[in-house]
Amino acid sequence: MTMQAASTEIASRTAAIIDEMKGLEGPLLPILHSLQEEFGYLPKDSLPVIADGLNLSRAEVHGVVSFYHDFRAKPAGRHVLKLCQAEACQSMGSDAVAAKVKQLLGIDFHETTRDGSVTLEPVYCLGLCACSPSAMLDGEVIGRLDDEKIEEIVAEVRS
Amino acid sequence: MNIKADFPTLIQEIDYGTPESKATKQVTLTVDGQSITVPEGTSIMRAAMEGGVEIPKLCATDMLDSFGSCRVCLVEIEGRGGTPASCTTPVGDGMVVRTQSDRLDAIRRGVMELYVSDHPTGWNEKAGTGASEFDAVAKSVGLTENRYGVEGRNHVKEEGGVAPGHGSLAVDYIARDESNPYFTYDPAQCIVCSRCVRACEEVQGTFALTIEGRGFESRMVAGMHEDFIASECVSCGACVQACPTDALREKTVLEKGMPERSAVTTCAYCGVGCSFKAEVKDDEVIRMMPYKDGKANHGHSCVKGRFAYGYATHKDRILSPMIREKITDPWREVSWEEAIAHTAKEFRRIQYQYGRTAIGGITSSRCTNEETYLVQKLVRQGFRNNNVDTCARVCHSPTGYGLGQTYGTSAGTQDFDSVEFTDVAVIIGANPASAHPVFASRLKKRLRQGAKLIVIDPRRTEMVKSAHIEADYHLPLKPGTNVAVLTALAHVIVIEGLYNEAFVRERCDWAEFQDWASFVALPENSPETVGKLSGVDPEAIRGAARLYAKGGNGAIYYGLGVTEHSQGSTTVMAIANLAMATGNIGRPGVGVNPLRGQNNVQGSCDMGSFPHELPGYRHISGEAVRDIYESLWGVKLDDEPGLRIPNMLDAAVDGSFKGIYIQGEDILQSDPDTKHVAGGLAAMECVVVHDLFLNETANYAHVFLPGSTFLEKDGTFTNAERRINMVRKVIEPKARYADWEATQELARAIGLDWNYTHPSEIMDEIAKTTPSFAGVSFELLDRVGSVQWPCNEKAPLGTPIMHVDGFVRGKGKFIRTEYVATDERTGPRYPLLLTTGRILSQYNVGAQTRRTENVAWHAEDRLEIHPHDAEVRGVRDGDWVRLASRSGETTLRALITDRVSPGVVYTTFHHPDTQANVITTDFSDWATNCPEYKVTAVQVAPSNGPTDWQKDYNEQARQSRRIAPLAAAE
Repeated sequence: MTMQAASTEIASRTAAIIDEMKGLEGPLLPILHSLQEEFGYLPKDSLPVIADGLNLSRAEVHGVVSFYHDFRAKPAGRHVLKLCQAEACQSMGSDAVAAKVKQLLGIDFHETTRDGSVTLEPVYCLGLCACSPSAMLDGEVIGRLDDEKIEEIVAEVRS
Repeated sequence: MNIKADFPTLIQEIDYGTPESKATKQVTLTVDGQSITVPEGTSIMRAAMEGGVEIPKLCATDMLDSFGSCRVCLVEIEGRGGTPASCTTPVGDGMVVRTQSDRLDAIRRGVMELYVSDHPTGWNEKAGTGASEFDAVAKSVGLTENRYGVEGRNHVKEEGGVAPGHGSLAVDYIARDESNPYFTYDPAQCIVCSRCVRACEEVQGTFALTIEGRGFESRMVAGMHEDFIASECVSCGACVQACPTDALREKTVLEKGMPERSAVTTCAYCGVGCSFKAEVKDDEVIRMMPYKDGKANHGHSCVKGRFAYGYATHKDRILSPMIREKITDPWREVSWEEAIAHTAKEFRRIQYQYGRTAIGGITSSRCTNEETYLVQKLVRQGFRNNNVDTCARVCHSPTGYGLGQTYGTSAGTQDFDSVEFTDVAVIIGANPASAHPVFASRLKKRLRQGAKLIVIDPRRTEMVKSAHIEADYHLPLKPGTNVAVLTALAHVIVIEGLYNEAFVRERCDWAEFQDWASFVALPENSPETVGKLSGVDPEAIRGAARLYAKGGNGAIYYGLGVTEHSQGSTTVMAIANLAMATGNIGRPGVGVNPLRGQNNVQGSCDMGSFPHELPGYRHISGEAVRDIYESLWGVKLDDEPGLRIPNMLDAAVDGSFKGIYIQGEDILQSDPDTKHVAGGLAAMECVVVHDLFLNETANYAHVFLPGSTFLEKDGTFTNAERRINMVRKVIEPKARYADWEATQELARAIGLDWNYTHPSEIMDEIAKTTPSFAGVSFELLDRVGSVQWPCNEKAPLGTPIMHVDGFVRGKGKFIRTEYVATDERTGPRYPLLLTTGRILSQYNVGAQTRRTENVAWHAEDRLEIHPHDAEVRGVRDGDWVRLASRSGETTLRALITDRVSPGVVYTTFHHPDTQANVITTDFSDWATNCPEYKVTAVQVAPSNGPTDWQKDYNEQARQSRRIAPLAAAE
């Protein structure tokens, strides 16, 4: 689990990234991605620094950050498990898959297990409709989820 | 007069849905069988409304660009498939549009039903006012049912329906935000139309709001999901005005209900002169709504104009006249008759005892033109001297002098609309984002469209850098070096041949230009030399000069940072020279524009408030001018100029000046060197203060006459663009008399035969006697809204832009502007330079704004100090510090910031406790005596509380505000 950095350190590292990327056309999104890569999440303290650096308002930066579900406000667990909840997967039983995963991990969507091993998130279509219901674990897609695969996944993230 | 009969109804302005198209080509289309011709680029929605056909809408309003999100304004167009949104679809020649059909009705009802399902009981009376646009649209589309239920995730639940703002929490419910003192945000009522967000961006230019999240979770929030009060919001209220639901609503409306009647009037705060609809219910102002037809503000406002009118009903207002023998006595409430008779008797006694010139008057830049005219008339006709002055003495007198000398008129050259054509804006010694916020919003809009910006200011103001705004050049000069820096700009323009020779040859005196050019070309005026003494990078001076001279339409806007210096008049001339040399005069987008501080400071100057000038800036020594008034007033006028305010005070200390009538001005707080002012006032035998409150000056008064607010009288204010705007009485004077009536009573009591029954008659007298006002009458203003003087036979509807075909004085005059350093210098004992300014939420000495909820934003004056200067003195943020100058000392708390440069400290003067003018010296402008507020050498040291002066002063103020209990009985 990434330790949350102290706010002065966040400000200075954020400023360095802004300086480096400020010249890009439409620099806000690349800067946000870099920050998330740097810290593992987007520290709230870095947003006013971005606003100041790009001559935007805090509100504008917050609007963009909150629009994208992939930008996180706090560090994720060691693994990130995303379960597709879009139409095709729903028709193939993704609700039941989600219920089972939540029960096994003891957490709801948008939560991280207390041991910090895994963060569970819903996702709306992985482009894997032919293999519904589907999921993504740490960037790798998994199709045709069933009880067996779910248990395998849970065992893996728990290990 | 029955006010209700005059303004019986609530003025409803038409909302055309989308902004006006500026195209010249006309297009004709048919809407519901009616042929309509509009400029190309107009939306179908606007065209229909111009033809009187109202298309239902939620996310569109004509202050904002179209957005196309609400899907209520759909129409059918012959030959096109589908149902396009009328707000985003431009008109086409020959287009045939239907705004009503069964299909459209069904779609609109369906959309509204979905909105209602996501909106707590939405359209019935349980939600908010029941008078929102949302409620009206729900009715107009015939919405009768909601098949989806109201248990949305972002809602609250309650037995029998869902009420806004309370009930039990649902998953995504956000509680109501009551943090702003003036309005409420109830997210449960928000339909995410983005009108508030767009208003904050497009109209106000603050970008404080956003839509958070996406899809069903999206919601408007302030800042980074903060309370409004903690966010970047400046409380201008544009979002509240734009909101089609009751999600954002004025607290007064929620508490007291919708207003019932309104009148168009003019704001009584700054010199922008915004037009408002004062909306009233039961003789109480419910809200001030910016008027879209207002030529200065076009429907926008700031926190002061829209919300800060509470002082009008504040408990501190004095509603009864009062007198006392000595200033150490408690006040005694008396009748108007007694107060007026007493004043007249005292003034006559003083004149008999000490001479005709032993009394005088001060006119107010807060009062109407008519009231100001009467006070100077009282002095000249009644007191028979010219001892009249006004607070413009301490702000823009150098503007009058400097522009008068160079161009021939004492006023700005442009209208505010001119900024829409500006390519390079130069702001000198002004912070419009704080002091002239509505103009700042208009300027910021132009800057976002690509205009360039040069800021010349010791402090890094909000104009230098804020969301989407960044000055191309900021010249952070040392206070007191304006003339040197402006002359250095001229140096670059002349040396590099950037001047507009054709313009100068045609419009100015070529020989004078050559003399000036040879002067500015001297090496001592080069950016390198000036850079050393002003602390400005020479390359920035060169860059700024090139940009202003060659960047297209260049417009200069300046404020008190220019005038309140020992070389204030010289700086104004330097500005005038720059504009002439580059040909930036006489057309839209250019010019020299003083940003006047007070609502009617332009007007009070126009009305002959100065001791040497009769109305219309005509010198008192002119026989022909005196003749006009002598024959009308039936007296012989003194042909010698009278005393200026500082001279009156000097004379009082010397014992030759004994009585003064001060209307609506707090000279003790606003004039420099407070101790000197206090000494002068204390030496007088009859000080008459005519004001809303027992202000600081009233501590030294013998007679107090209660004043009237702008809501309680008719008249006119003249704003910074010379625009004469109507002020209309919406409630009866709370203290019986409007100010002009009180002055008239006083005039009668000293034997003058005045019989004005309405301010329009005073304006008629002004028009009859003053050529530049010859065409002005209340009838004309009622008809056309407003006019800019000169308004006469040559310009019957006024003059938006001056010096179009030639300068008023004939040829423009170039004047050498030699830099003379102020006598106020830093040294070992006073190593820092203090400069002063304003803050957005407070106004001037704060007499009004401190008596409103605006104190939520600025409860005290703070001293801004650079981290370096703070560190060497051991001062931490928030510490009490002692601020001392050669004149005096005071204490206040420090605010550590790099907005100010090292060596410079800055404060505001909104609170009497601070007494910033105890510090300021009595150095003043060489030509006009305008005090040098902007430069004082000071020392700052840690302190643990108020100074002895502050304690003594507060005790004296407390003593002198006592009102005798017996007389206070009803």
